[in-house]
Amino acid sequence: MSTPSVTLPVASSANPTSRAIRIFLTEIRYEVLRALRTRAFSLSSIGFPVMFYCLFGLMMNRNETIGAVAVAKYLLGGYAIFGSLGAAIFGIGVGVALDRSAGWLELKQASPMPPLAYVLSKVCMAAAFSLTIVSILTLLGVFFGHVQITSFEFLRILAIAALGAAPFSCLGLAMAFLVPPASAGGIANLIYLPMSFLSGLWVPLQFLPHVIQQIAPIFPTFHLAQIMYAALGASSEGAFSSHLFGLLGFTLIMLGITWLAFQRQEENA
Amino acid sequence: MLSATQTVASLENTTKRYKNGVTAVDHLSLHLSSGQVIALLGPNGAGKSTAVKLMMGLSAPTSGTVSVFGSDPRNPHTRLRTGVMLQVGRAPEMLRVREHINIFRGYYSNPMPYEDLMKAAALEGLEDRFFGQLSGGQKQRVLFAIALAGDPDLVFLDEPTVGLDIESRRAIWAEIRALAARGKTVLLTTHYLEEADALAHRIIVMNKGRVICAGTPAEVKSMGAGYPSATANGFKIVRCATTLTADHLQAMPGVLAVSTTGHLTEITTEQPEAALREMLVLDRSLSALEVECPALEDAFLTLTAEN
Repeated sequence: MSTPSVTLPVASSANPTSRAIRIFLTEIRYEVLRALRTRAFSLSSIGFPVMFYCLFGLMMNRNETIGAVAVAKYLLGGYAIFGSLGAAIFGIGVGVALDRSAGWLELKQASPMPPLAYVLSKVCMAAAFSLTIVSILTLLGVFFGHVQITSFEFLRILAIAALGAAPFSCLGLAMAFLVPPASAGGIANLIYLPMSFLSGLWVPLQFLPHVIQQIAPIFPTFHLAQIMYAALGASSEGAFSSHLFGLLGFTLIMLGITWLAFQRQEENA
Repeated sequence: MLSATQTVASLENTTKRYKNGVTAVDHLSLHLSSGQVIALLGPNGAGKSTAVKLMMGLSAPTSGTVSVFGSDPRNPHTRLRTGVMLQVGRAPEMLRVREHINIFRGYYSNPMPYEDLMKAAALEGLEDRFFGQLSGGQKQRVLFAIALAGDPDLVFLDEPTVGLDIESRRAIWAEIRALAARGKTVLLTTHYLEEADALAHRIIVMNKGRVICAGTPAEVKSMGAGYPSATANGFKIVRCATTLTADHLQAMPGVLAVSTTGHLTEITTEQPEAALREMLVLDRSLSALEVECPALEDAFLTLTAEN
C-alpha cells in the first residue's frame, strides 16, 4: 500500500500578503504581455491615434495656434486621450466581454485569485498603452510638428494619461458586463468614435457647433481633455477641481453599473 | 487522514431558480465523500452544470445551503483547496502553456510541482506553445492542468475528456484514479457513460434538477434494469435484421421492448435464448445478429426516460 503524500506548508506560503502582492504583479505582467502580443489589438490601439494625429495634427498643420499654443501641440493632448479611451474600451470593454462569454472569467473567479487582481491587471494594461501612445505622439510632434514641450509638461501629460486610464477602464468594465459579447466590438466603436468627436478630441470644441459645446461636459473625455490642455499651457475651460469631480463622478457611476450588472450575472449564473 | 465516509462538499435541499422562472435545481441534496470519484450524469438541461456551479461558488442558491469543506464555497480559504476545470470556449490565446500553468500555480500556497503537473496532463514538449496554437485536445489538457495546479483536495471536472483522443483520455483517466488514490475527491460531469463506468466510485443520475438515483456503477445499472415486468436484472438486448414484425416480437414471452432503427430491430428480453430460438426458426433470412448485456448507457436512458 502506498503512503499518502503529506503536504507541508512551504515557507513562501507563510506570508499571505507577500503571496497576494506576487499574484497582483504576475497578473499585471502577463496581462500587459498578452495585450502586446495580440497584434490586432496592440497595433490598432496604438496605430489609430498615431494615424489621426499624423493626419490632422501634423500633415494639415499650417503653423496655426489655438490661444497660446500651436495646433500640433494642442491636438497632441486630444489624440493622447483618444488613444487612452481606445485602449480601455477595446482592451477591457471587448476583452472582458469575450472572457465572460467564453467562460474564462468564471474559471478565474472559481480560482483563489483575488478578483481585484484581474480588474487591476486590466487597468494597468490600459494605463501602459496610454503611456506608450502619449510617448509616441509626443515624439512625432517634437520631430515632425515643431512641437515645443518642456520635460515637466511631458511628465504631466504622462501622469494625466495614466490617470485617465481609470475612468475609461471603468467604462470598459461596465460595457463588458452590459453588452452582449458578440456585439461588443461594434458597440465599442459606437461609444469610442462619437464620444471622441463630441468632446472635441479630434477638432477643438471652439470650432464645433454650439450644441456640441453644450453637451460635451457629460463625457469624461471632455474633462480629461481640459486637464490635458491646461497641462500643455493651452486655454481650457472650467476649474481643475470641477474636472476632477466630473471624472470621479463618472468613474463611480461606471463602477456602480458594473457592480449591479455583476450581481445580476451571479444571480443568473 | 480523513475517513473514507467524510463529506467534503454538500448541497442540502438546494433550489436554484432563475429569473426567467426556470428551476434548474429543485430541492437537490448531494454529498461528496472524500477520496471518491463521483460522476454526475444526466441529459442536457438536467441541472448538472448548475449543481456544479453552486459548489464552485459561481452561483448563489435561491434556497438551501451549499457547503464545501464546512464553509461557503466563495470563501477564499475554500477556494485554495479546490481546483476547477470548466468548459472554456476561449482562454487568452497569446499566453504560452507554461505561463498559463504558472499563473494558476501562483494562486495557491502549495502548488503541485511544475514538472509533475506537465507530466500529469501530458503537456511535455508543448510548454512554449501559445494557447491559441494548440489543438482542441491540447487545450483541454491545459485546462486539466489548471484544475490540478494547486494540488487541491477537491477537484471539479466539467466534461474533462471531451474532444480528446483515446490515448489522452486514458492518460487523464489514470490521473483521475491517481488523485482518488491520494485521498482527493473528484466530482466529474460527463457525457461519456463509459467514462463514468470506468472511473466513478459513485454515479449520481440527475434529471430535471433532481437526483433520480445514485449508487455504484453496478447498482445504477441494475436500477436501470427495473422495467415494470422484469423479475430479475438478467435481461439482454438482441439486435438483428429480421422480417418479423414488431407486434409479433413484442408478443413473444419475456420480451420487454422492441424498437427499430433503420433495418435493425432491437429487442430487450428477459429470455434471450427462447426468443432467439423462435426467431431463427420463423425467419430464415435473419442476419447481423448481436446479443449484448445492457450497458450503463441503457440503464441511464431508461432511468431518465421514466422520469
